[in-house]
Amino acid sequence: MLKEEQIHFAENTVDLPVIVKPAAPAPTGGCSAASCGSAASQLSGLPDEIRRRVQDHPCYSEEAHHHFARMHAAVAPACNIQCHYCNRKYDCANESRPGVVSELLTPEQAVMKTLAVAAAIPQMSVLGIAGPGDPLANPARTFATFRMLAEKAPDLKLCVSTNGLALPACVEELAKHNIDHVTITINCIDPDVGAKIYPWIFWENKRIHGREAAAILIEQQQRGLEMLVARGILVKVNSVMIPGVNDRHLQEVSRIVKAKGAFLHNVMPLIAEAEHGTFYGVMGQRSPTAAELKALQDACAGDMNMMRHCRQCRADAVGLLGEDRGAEFTMDKVAAMEIDHEAAMARRLALRAKVAAELEAKRAARHGADSAHGAPAVPQVITLQRPAQAAPGRAALMAVASKGGGVINEHFGHAREFLIYEAAAAGAKLVGTRKTDLYCAGNDGCGDGETVLARTIRALEGCEAVLCARIGFEPWGQLEAAGIKPNGEHALEAIEDAVMAVWREMLAAGKLDAPTAAKRRA
Amino acid sequence: MAVEIVESCVNCWACAPLCPNNAIVAAQPHFLVDDEKCTECLGDFAAPQCVAICPIEGAIVNEWNEAMNPPGSLTGIPPARWAAVQAEIAAR
Repeated sequence: MLKEEQIHFAENTVDLPVIVKPAAPAPTGGCSAASCGSAASQLSGLPDEIRRRVQDHPCYSEEAHHHFARMHAAVAPACNIQCHYCNRKYDCANESRPGVVSELLTPEQAVMKTLAVAAAIPQMSVLGIAGPGDPLANPARTFATFRMLAEKAPDLKLCVSTNGLALPACVEELAKHNIDHVTITINCIDPDVGAKIYPWIFWENKRIHGREAAAILIEQQQRGLEMLVARGILVKVNSVMIPGVNDRHLQEVSRIVKAKGAFLHNVMPLIAEAEHGTFYGVMGQRSPTAAELKALQDACAGDMNMMRHCRQCRADAVGLLGEDRGAEFTMDKVAAMEIDHEAAMARRLALRAKVAAELEAKRAARHGADSAHGAPAVPQVITLQRPAQAAPGRAALMAVASKGGGVINEHFGHAREFLIYEAAAAGAKLVGTRKTDLYCAGNDGCGDGETVLARTIRALEGCEAVLCARIGFEPWGQLEAAGIKPNGEHALEAIEDAVMAVWREMLAAGKLDAPTAAKRRA
Repeated sequence: MAVEIVESCVNCWACAPLCPNNAIVAAQPHFLVDDEKCTECLGDFAAPQCVAICPIEGAIVNEWNEAMNPPGSLTGIPPARWAAVQAEIAAR
């Protein structure tokens, strides 16, 4: 079964001719390809107008996620559907996954906490409401939070994520509160697939089960998507990849949501462990491997801007993506803080202007010789998964330990996640992230059994090098034994430059001539 | 006649705004139903609204103390499978 799927994806990794439409309005510069071959972020294929709107949003812009922070306000406990990957009972402080939350907030508390975080972390640019239930199933609490924040911190972007069931009914209200980013989780467009993902929905005062429930949910999601796009609200689509359930189907989902105007598709791996008490966890549904996830993302990338840096945050996450500083901002700590809100906002605006200028300079340098100004539709070959066949040297995956800022600045042993880059002759691009120990591994004594180092090495499977600021003696040896070359020579250097330097060294050493066993498996 | 919310309630708030009689109290450690006010939605809806949206099996019981959403009815997990997996986790 697993093999079949992998072969299926492998067969799709051919060179696809893709018509790249001119951006509307016409681009004023920057790379206009759907998948820029250079080290550009995944957003470089977007019209400039959209890029401007998302350039300081860490969840939408890979570039921004190095520089900007976000916070999820857990004000929305109720849900109107059940998903097989969710269990409403569990709250583990050591876990990071959507739907999990430690402290439910009232709208007033959420505003107080958001302002405190935004004062302490000047990188804070976005406040999102993502649960722990469905924000739009809690309209009073969700919109009260947005209303107060729009008044007290008008510089913060507000966004919301939803399962979409109540979306059409809420579009008017969303537009009124100046929400310009909405994420809809769309796992299927076929009710028969949906019936395997959603056991029930609550709709028009009744609990509805099975295929009928899925059909209603899908209809509402698609209608909501169309209504948001018609109003100029940016829509990102999240999909959970569930092997054997919707994995093949998601390519069609990607095509359709793109055609309807979603600007970014984020395919995430199913998280399912028996300990989570979810249907999938208890019934033994497996999660996709990192290689399967990447293959599906690559297959969808021909049609859609794909998001590769998602961290599947908790519904009360705080800080830069990949870090969670929620424990510093519990309500009792927040209540004790004394804050000058005006000075805090001025600090945020100054930082944002500085980062924007830096990013603009970087982009200008990258595309200095670009001639795409106002280019007409160009048929363009986008190579999926087999980049640069004509160029010497195959692609190689490398893991990077970074605390943010786009540089290699994390000690190997401290890294709780790694950025995964694919390096090839055409450049380095971020293709995913892998976590090491963030998932709860058991009921008692989290972290028992397999050592953290062994888990980390397993998480890095398929990578040929790991770049970090420093690394200890013991992990060095074990990484080498696992076929992953540790590299601490590029501390504090820009990630993409360092990845390419290592790739060129590997090329010069003759290590990139033939496909490796790991590559063949992927 | 009245339903009752019991200790497996997770305080998710889903039921409270739906109750036509405002019978649900956001109490600690879990929500409660005011049995003076609860009509089990008779005359208002085909099914008690709290029961129709509650995500937790067994969290709402009827006057005979029977789960109105019995084990397996919401998650789709057969109770025997649930028990076996819990036993396996406990034995680790």
